[in-house]
Amino acid sequence: MRTPIPASAVEDLKPPVSSAGPLGWLRANLFKGPFNSLLTLFILFCLYKMAPPLIRWAFIDSYWFSDADVCRAGDGACWSVVSQNLRFILFGFYPYLLQWRPAMAVLILIGLFFYSRDTGRWNRRLGVVWAAGLVVMGILMHGGVLGLAEVETDQWGGISLTLLLALFGLTAAYPLGVLLALGRRSRLPAIKTVCVIYIELIRGVPLISMLFMASVMFPLFLPEGVTINKILRAQAAIILFTAAYIAEVVRGGLQAIPRGQYEAAESLGLNYSQKMRLIILPQALKIVIPPTVSILISAFKDTSLVVIIGLFDLLKTTQVTLSNPAWIRFSAEAYLFIAVLYFLGCFSMSNFSRHLEKELKA
Amino acid sequence: MTDPTKESPTTAPENEPIIKLIGVHKWFGDFHVLKDINLSVDRGERIVVCGPSGSGKSTMIRCINRLEEHQRGKIIVDNIELTNDIKKIEKIRAEVGMVFQHFNLFPHLTVLENLSLGPIWVRKFPRTVAEQTALYYLEKVHIAEQAHKYPGQLSGGQQQRVAIARSLCMKPKVMLFDEPTSALDPEMVKEVLDAMIELAHEGMTMIVVSHEMGFARSVAHRVLFMDHGQILEENTPDEFFSNPQNERTKLFLSQILH
Ligand SMILES: Nc1ncnc2c1ncn2[C@@H]1O[C@H](COP(=O)(O)OP(=O)(O)O)[C@@H](O)[C@H]1O
Ligand SMILES: [Mg+2]
Repeated sequence: MRTPIPASAVEDLKPPVSSAGPLGWLRANLFKGPFNSLLTLFILFCLYKMAPPLIRWAFIDSYWFSDADVCRAGDGACWSVVSQNLRFILFGFYPYLLQWRPAMAVLILIGLFFYSRDTGRWNRRLGVVWAAGLVVMGILMHGGVLGLAEVETDQWGGISLTLLLALFGLTAAYPLGVLLALGRRSRLPAIKTVCVIYIELIRGVPLISMLFMASVMFPLFLPEGVTINKILRAQAAIILFTAAYIAEVVRGGLQAIPRGQYEAAESLGLNYSQKMRLIILPQALKIVIPPTVSILISAFKDTSLVVIIGLFDLLKTTQVTLSNPAWIRFSAEAYLFIAVLYFLGCFSMSNFSRHLEKELKA
Repeated sequence: MTDPTKESPTTAPENEPIIKLIGVHKWFGDFHVLKDINLSVDRGERIVVCGPSGSGKSTMIRCINRLEEHQRGKIIVDNIELTNDIKKIEKIRAEVGMVFQHFNLFPHLTVLENLSLGPIWVRKFPRTVAEQTALYYLEKVHIAEQAHKYPGQLSGGQQQRVAIARSLCMKPKVMLFDEPTSALDPEMVKEVLDAMIELAHEGMTMIVVSHEMGFARSVAHRVLFMDHGQILEENTPDEFFSNPQNERTKLFLSQILH
């Protein structure tokens, strides 16, 4: 005869000490086996050798608000290259006295992003808030109304130009990419062919050459006397380029949705656009958040390629600053500074995507 | 609780069959999957379709709401002939409910949202009315307390009952079931069959692909046997089970009844 197994014969036990607590952590993560221990010791040694001089250069021997001459006399980091030229680096040739306007525009943009972080706020009102915000930013940048002096777009530059190109580039490329992805899976051969050709053509060309085409070749096709703003042309090139990549990522997401979802939506009588909007895309786009954000991040960084067609984005204003003989030696500091700015932009995007994934997980 | 959208009975002629398949053929590539299917279903009639796997049962009922396209013959549902006219197809789909073997609930929506989606977007009901309707049918399938959960949090039997309720929310004139219990763990089959039996007792027109012979005996008016894309035999459940005519029907029944 078998005895029944008692319900709680074995009580829950605490994990053994060696695998918990700080000591357990050290053991599990830094000294697990001889190879790991060796690696840890080696890295500690490198840090010991490299960190003190680096800290000395960056923080102790460094100059923060001095003249270029003072910097050149010492041998620490010369952060003055940034602080003395900050307004040019950030705003380029935007009229000096009016630079509060792009500054406000950038702050509004950052504010809007923080406000939109919470998916609970994603409703029609948020759309209105964004539309209003964009109008205000446009007025601030361009002026010409409400007693604000007009500033031509060829004077725009620095971080406001970079963010502008990125913001419109990404927000326009995303829906365009989704449409292209849907088009590529369309049953109508004409639409499908157009989308396939578009995507493959664009993906076969580097962004630089698209920017060149936009700035050099495109005007040749326009009638005499008609010009299209240079920023707009660069913007269009960025949008068209990014959309092709987004399209392929979204197509991957669409393929991951089982056929049953389409069939269930259809058998309720939903039409094509309802089926896509309510059932398929919400699921497909959620799956592809990580690769989509990768594309958006690289598109954000690629806006710096507009330097080659003579737009004064953040990278270009920094280069111009460094072409001044007084500061020419301190390119490392200046590039570190804009690297930090780019990093903040990219990191907040990837951080946002992780946050979004967590919130959308059902 | 009452159904807030109860309508007066339809005005379409009651004596006309609601579904007619006339000489329907279908091919998948070169493979002749439906061969000269003739079937007429009256309003309020309940039909159970059985037959070996691969015999074309799913394909046949999927043709009725145009999830599959037939290539020859005529299919007429509720006096509308199925053609390539997408508006007509959508209209028919709204009138024909479908329950799948694998439930196919929308995983990103709550149970309540799964149910109210069709009424809101297809029937154009106001949201509050659609949600009341949804709760009414959830209660009918004994699952109202799960309204705010996501499908992934429910058991298979519960999910299938939600799927049935989702179709019912559209006030369909016909319900199609494609092996609704064959993906379920055995202990959950009964709760789904009970919901279907209840539906049958209310007079719903149903076509059910199933091998649940008890269900067929208790609610079906007719049982069809399909093999190799043909309807080989049809009869009342009593006759069908006690006195099958076709050799292949006999063989099939001996296999599933042991
Ligand atoms: N989309 C399809 N493409 C090609 N062949 C298919 C497709 N769907 C079903 N079939 C084939 O058609 C036959 C009938 O399938 P089905 O109607 O699902 O059978 P049943 O539901 O009776 O098991 C099977 O042989 C199956 O392999
Ligand atoms: Mg089947």
